[in-house]
Amino acid sequence: MLLIDCPHCGPRDENEFRYGGQAGIAYPDAPGELSDGEWAGYVFMRDNPKGWFTERWFHAHGCRTWFAVERHTVTHEIRTPVQEIR
Amino acid sequence: MTRLPSGGLIDRSVTLPFHFDGRPLHGHPGDTLASALLAGGVRVVGHSVDLGRPRGVFSAGAEEPNALVRVGADPMLAATTVELRDGLRAWSLRGKGRVDPDAVDERRADKGYLHCDVLVAGGGPAGLAAALAAGESGARVILLDDQPRLGGDLLSSRVRLDGAPALDWVAAAERRLAALPEVRVLVRTTAIGYYDHNYLVAVERRAAGERLWHLRARRVVLATGAHERSLPFPGNDRPGVMLASAARAYVNRYGVRPGGRAVVYACADSGYEAARDLEAAGVVIAAIVDPRPQAPAGHAVTGTITGTITGTTSDADGLLTGVRIGDQHLEADLLAVAGGWNPAVHLFSQSQGRVVFDDALQAFVPGASAQAERSAGACRGLYGTREAIEDGYAAGAEAAGRDGDFAVPSSDETALRPPAAYWGELSPDATAFVDLQRDVTVADLARAAGTGMRSVEHVKRFTTAGTGADQGKTSGALVAGVMAELLGATPGQLGTTTFRPPYAPVAFGTLAGRDRGELSDPVRTTAMHGAHLARGAVFEDVGQWKRPRYFPLDGEGMREAVLRECRAARTGVAAMDASTLGKIDIRGRDAGAFLDRIYTNMYSTLAVGACRYGLMCTADGMVFDDGTTTRLGEDHYLMTTTTGNAAAVLDWLEEWRQTEWPELDVRLTSVTDHWATVAIAGPRARDVLAAVAPGALDLAFMRYAGTEVLGVPGRVFRISFSGELAYEVNVPWHYGRSLWEGVLDLGAVPYGTETMHVLRAEKGFAIVGQETDGTVTPQDLGMSWIVSKRKPDYVGKRSHSRPDTARDGRKRLVGLLTDDPDAGLAEGAQLLRESEVPARMLGHVTSGYASATLGRTFGLAMARDVAPGDRLTAVSGTATVAVTVVEPVFYDPENARRDGEPVAAGIVSTAPEGRAESPAAAFAAGFAAAGSQSVRLRELPATPMWEVRGADPGEGLRLGPDWWLVVRDGPAGEGWVEVSGQRTVLELAGPGALDVLITGCPLDLHPSVFTGHAQTLLAKAPVIIERDGDAYRIYVRSSYTAYLAEWLLDALGR
Repeated sequence: MLLIDCPHCGPRDENEFRYGGQAGIAYPDAPGELSDGEWAGYVFMRDNPKGWFTERWFHAHGCRTWFAVERHTVTHEIRTPVQEIR
Repeated sequence: MTRLPSGGLIDRSVTLPFHFDGRPLHGHPGDTLASALLAGGVRVVGHSVDLGRPRGVFSAGAEEPNALVRVGADPMLAATTVELRDGLRAWSLRGKGRVDPDAVDERRADKGYLHCDVLVAGGGPAGLAAALAAGESGARVILLDDQPRLGGDLLSSRVRLDGAPALDWVAAAERRLAALPEVRVLVRTTAIGYYDHNYLVAVERRAAGERLWHLRARRVVLATGAHERSLPFPGNDRPGVMLASAARAYVNRYGVRPGGRAVVYACADSGYEAARDLEAAGVVIAAIVDPRPQAPAGHAVTGTITGTITGTTSDADGLLTGVRIGDQHLEADLLAVAGGWNPAVHLFSQSQGRVVFDDALQAFVPGASAQAERSAGACRGLYGTREAIEDGYAAGAEAAGRDGDFAVPSSDETALRPPAAYWGELSPDATAFVDLQRDVTVADLARAAGTGMRSVEHVKRFTTAGTGADQGKTSGALVAGVMAELLGATPGQLGTTTFRPPYAPVAFGTLAGRDRGELSDPVRTTAMHGAHLARGAVFEDVGQWKRPRYFPLDGEGMREAVLRECRAARTGVAAMDASTLGKIDIRGRDAGAFLDRIYTNMYSTLAVGACRYGLMCTADGMVFDDGTTTRLGEDHYLMTTTTGNAAAVLDWLEEWRQTEWPELDVRLTSVTDHWATVAIAGPRARDVLAAVAPGALDLAFMRYAGTEVLGVPGRVFRISFSGELAYEVNVPWHYGRSLWEGVLDLGAVPYGTETMHVLRAEKGFAIVGQETDGTVTPQDLGMSWIVSKRKPDYVGKRSHSRPDTARDGRKRLVGLLTDDPDAGLAEGAQLLRESEVPARMLGHVTSGYASATLGRTFGLAMARDVAPGDRLTAVSGTATVAVTVVEPVFYDPENARRDGEPVAAGIVSTAPEGRAESPAAAFAAGFAAAGSQSVRLRELPATPMWEVRGADPGEGLRLGPDWWLVVRDGPAGEGWVEVSGQRTVLELAGPGALDVLITGCPLDLHPSVFTGHAQTLLAKAPVIIERDGDAYRIYVRSSYTAYLAEWLLDALGR
């Protein structure tokens, strides 16, 4: 059970959160102008590193804020400070 | 009788009778079952799992491989871990557990959540010192120990500290700990798992039932001690062979002589300590056998033989009669083996720390830490009492972030020499056991090596060594040692197998705790639930909701009930509880633009007061959810979602609002539990509406009216999911039951989800999650009409022109008619053409029903390469049903039915009375009865509530960065969303309130930390908890109120 430091609520158990996958994948400005391959890259392709990974979490059972943290995918260490997405 | 006349930590003034295999015996408080069995002269406690060899008590703790027993409803326990109690009945086992299906088990397991600065696992000298050092600096400390009393190994030793018995030092430490308010000591509590982010799980054994503690610590000190290990030699499993530390524990702690004449095998100096203590208790020491050339300085026991044990002898019952040292045979009924020590690195290893082999100690010890943790004392190889205490103080001080000068007592122990680097002879004898519980011998390991296995993990799986309930606590290092000898390597090169939780066996009932039966998962019920129960509804689970599936009248099965309910909706008037649909209040200047981006169709152009059906997709273009969204005002919409998807949709909207479109002015508030909803459907629906909401009588199709319902402010939407004239009538939650009863009193026939499904299927309306499964686009559903071509973008738009979604030959929604009008169509049945060989799977049946209106069975399916008129076969298991493909609209394709009939002439219906009822109303008496001096439970009177988003209202509970809940009488502010029905407020008060909350709330509720309020989970249900002294106000969603009330009453009943 990870302990995730919510920027608003402080440290809470992982099961209060919803996982949001890799952070920093912005919705394309003009999807209609993308090739099929480029669009598939946005929709389907994500990094899967062994090591540090910037990912999004949503505090579903708390303040309902989306935020990003860096987590090490081997040790589960979470680096602070967390980054607010907005 | 082998009980000593005096000494030990047992209370001889009290006799505890018990039975073993039906034989009456007795012991005393302070005994374990194992010590009482030894005292009663029971030498064979069970038989081994594969070979059926007689086995006796081998250890004095959780590492026991041999003495397995069934006790009452517990199918397998180690006798060394069972505290003796009056009337206990135990049965011997042959290596594995036996369930007694008739056993009565009245224990009730529970759980609890605790947080601390420093968690100390183990209450021996190191753990006590660590807890003292941390606790006396003011830290919040939890100290766990698996024994009934603190002291660890000191309970079993005759060590003197500062010239006094070591237990005096323990007693003084306990007194100091007891004076520290922030130190919590849990005895009879075994830490069984160490997980990420310093999350540990421990089992507390209580007579009333075990308690599973979930512990979160800022820092952890592991002071888990060490287990002595045996050595493999022929006949090392006979009853009478015992760990030297165990023999010492039995004489010193339990006042039991485990034998009359002993040989001590001292590969480590603990053997000499055991020999000295056994001799002091009157046991004759026949010899001490030590592979090391020199005995330690100053030991007073005579008869040391330099050498190794090569075998044992036994009597006809298999009991030990003697020991062989080469050609020499010594008579003995006790062989105390000190094979060396295995530091208990289990929790350290579970924390992902790597163990390393220490050549001097001949043991695996903790290497670098992976978490905020350190080991202290014997579990890192510091076996001396003084060294352990010193290390414990240092570990506790470090964990608490303090300096300290600690008074470390002097000890009368002699300095320990390095143990023998000895793992036994590679004997081919079939009785030289490495793992006693699994009957694994040196010969088995040799066979594994002979097949080419080099990894201890492979050897473990091949031989099963280490897979018993003891998880190889005494044998794990032995396997590495013997394998190293077999392979010409060192134990360090082989390493250990992975240590996995649980450290000790744990019952499933303990893991379940109170989460069983009705409380196994949160249940959501509507305001009408009591009425549904009274009417005998049959429920189905939709997410966590209980929804009536149908309402059988006397003797009806589902088919008859549903046909009757459908007929009522098609020919008269019927009503359904639609409260479970998700309802999201959407406000802001950009609410319309936001919805345009979310839905495939347009909302910014919707007229105020109009409703529109919408479909939303995920970015991959697949249908995600659907529902009707209404424009309540210029900048104000109400979205409805499917029941099962309500939370996911709100999360989805928040994701786009927060992470992609923060520039949009839009605010989202769930009002699902604020409104109770009744769908009234049928050509005569107006007759009912005229009485309950006359102000909405003139509503046009797909229009909304804010109007009085039962005399209270409500909302009426004229929308239809059946094709009939239909209204969804909303009232604040507390009036829901009143509305429902009123509607039924006016003649509406209650119908459930099954009828709702049939009615919509007759109209060809797809259900998200039934016709769709995350691979279906709107176009696949034949709903291209709802996908805007004009909008520049919406979520999923680009995916609708991907090659895969735009191609021909995708599965599409079709209708099916069975050749046999009575043949049922099973959902999931595969569709194929019998003429095709080999047959292709063309698709599957998504819905299959019997229709009262059509007088026949029919279905919906997702299928490719089929057209109306095609003849297919639906195959489910061995059943085949011949079907014909048709357009997926079976009823009223011209939508001629949706306006229904005018109000019947001569109907003079009086409005039923609106009566408010809280979701907790039924529990008031139960709450009052469950209260005690220590804790009281009540519902607080209903008070108006609003959720406020955006600017700080300057009052209320702040729930998020720009989100507040205001609870008070008086006028609302601009733009506040009324949610008075959304939550019920329960108050748990009194000095015992916190102890109730920690059984279900993972949050740190310590009074120094939890001073205001928090939104979190209680009993897995979402709540806001607000603290006021020792009173806690619990704001619970109305749909969870009954569940949480039951949970609280269950907690108070303990």
